[in-house]
Amino acid sequence: MVKIINLKKKFGNFVVLDGVNLEIKENSLTFIMGQSGAGKSVLLKHIVGLLKPDSGEIWFEDKNIVKLSEKELQKIRRKIGFLFQEGALFDSMTVEENVAFPLKEHLKLKKKDVEKKVEELLSAVNLLDARKKYPSELSGGMKKRAALARTLALNPKVVLFDEPTTGLDPILQHTILELIADLKEKYNLTCIIISHDLPLALKFADEIAFLYQGKIIETGPPEEILKSSHPFIKRFVETALINDKGGEL
Amino acid sequence: MIAALGRGFIALLRDSGGIFIFFIKAFLNTFTRPVRFRLFLKHIEFIGVKSWLVVSLTALFSGMVTAYQVSHALIKFGGQSVLGGVVALTLTREVGPVLTAIVVVARAGSAITAEIASMKITEQIDALRIMAVNPIQYLITPRLWAAVVALPLLTAMADFIGIAGGYVVATFILGIDPGILFSRMKEMVELMDVLSGIFKSMFFGIFIISVCTYKGFTTTGGAEGVGRATTQAVVISSVGVLIADYILTTLFF
Repeated sequence: MVKIINLKKKFGNFVVLDGVNLEIKENSLTFIMGQSGAGKSVLLKHIVGLLKPDSGEIWFEDKNIVKLSEKELQKIRRKIGFLFQEGALFDSMTVEENVAFPLKEHLKLKKKDVEKKVEELLSAVNLLDARKKYPSELSGGMKKRAALARTLALNPKVVLFDEPTTGLDPILQHTILELIADLKEKYNLTCIIISHDLPLALKFADEIAFLYQGKIIETGPPEEILKSSHPFIKRFVETALINDKGGEL
Repeated sequence: MIAALGRGFIALLRDSGGIFIFFIKAFLNTFTRPVRFRLFLKHIEFIGVKSWLVVSLTALFSGMVTAYQVSHALIKFGGQSVLGGVVALTLTREVGPVLTAIVVVARAGSAITAEIASMKITEQIDALRIMAVNPIQYLITPRLWAAVVALPLLTAMADFIGIAGGYVVATFILGIDPGILFSRMKEMVELMDVLSGIFKSMFFGIFIISVCTYKGFTTTGGAEGVGRATTQAVVISSVGVLIADYILTTLFF
């Protein structure tokens, strides 16, 4: 579905991506993990063409999106959803206006049909009651759910999530991930999630990819990641699981 | 010192080039679909309708004080009868368009920069791009045309109210005969005088929107970045309007 080949990106002299190779399978839920500042968000922004790499290829369906112009990218972007860390909801619009925005922009629907679709999306993320609220009136979790509804409005094939659980309490983190997993089944989505929360990844991921020093050092299902012999992954897994069990392994 | 001057000059060149390219992009996006007529009207309301009171007050008192000051000078030559013409010329050619532009910078331009800068730092502009919406076509182009329409209308209104203010001072305070005032005004002011101010205001509208939206669009950093961008936009727009006014006047009007 998405294939990344030898992707490199530097900011000034700072190498962020140093030859990333990764293949995302269709209809899978893939976690890209790594330390803070490892370049996970940078990688995600490349997949949707918000950043241009110094070299390398990113294939989506049968197109190398690195070579596409902004106009050609616009066609691709209708098939890719992106959930920003803070939601990036338009603060001058209510929740329902936010969700209706991509529908009005791209689909020639009647007003009634837009309303129906917005209602369906908001009920899918359990946010119908907050439809008239502005983003500033929403909690962190509600913002993410509203942004998720907006992301799904154009029926994307792939949805990219930039740290969807950061800043939420553990119960809400689970709720959001369960929601993502449900929506993935319901809408037949391919999901790529950036996170550094290993317990959540182990529970929900079909595949986990580890980004370390600008490279993907390991990819596989959760059980394989747990058995990895790579020193960084071993340390990451041990530390994450100790933290998860309150200090005891 | 020299290095700092050099850095400042390079920044000035970079900004000038950036603003010009930004304007060209916004202009060319006029011809791409969808046509955003509702947004265009919304921005006319924000830039034009919501500025009318401040522009009116500024123009009224400018007209009144111009009449008062000019009359002092004219008394020395016994030429008070030309007061109406001088006030009208000053307002239509210079004070009307320039003051209107400065008021629009302060009231609307600063708000536009702050809004777009805040959208930039909260990734709302990236969100537009992700949703396959061209942010320049959505955010900038309608504002550009709204300013091209709103500034001349505001300027025409400022001219009228300023002249009315001058008339009040001239007739009620200085005791000049209204008949003489208007007949000399008609003799001295030609259509081109009024139009030159209107044309200038169109240019100011383009300039203000290009600067203010560019500064918002290129904001970096958090809340501090928004504040910095807004200050820079207001300073560049205000000083730029005065410089452009001088250049346009000497070259064309």
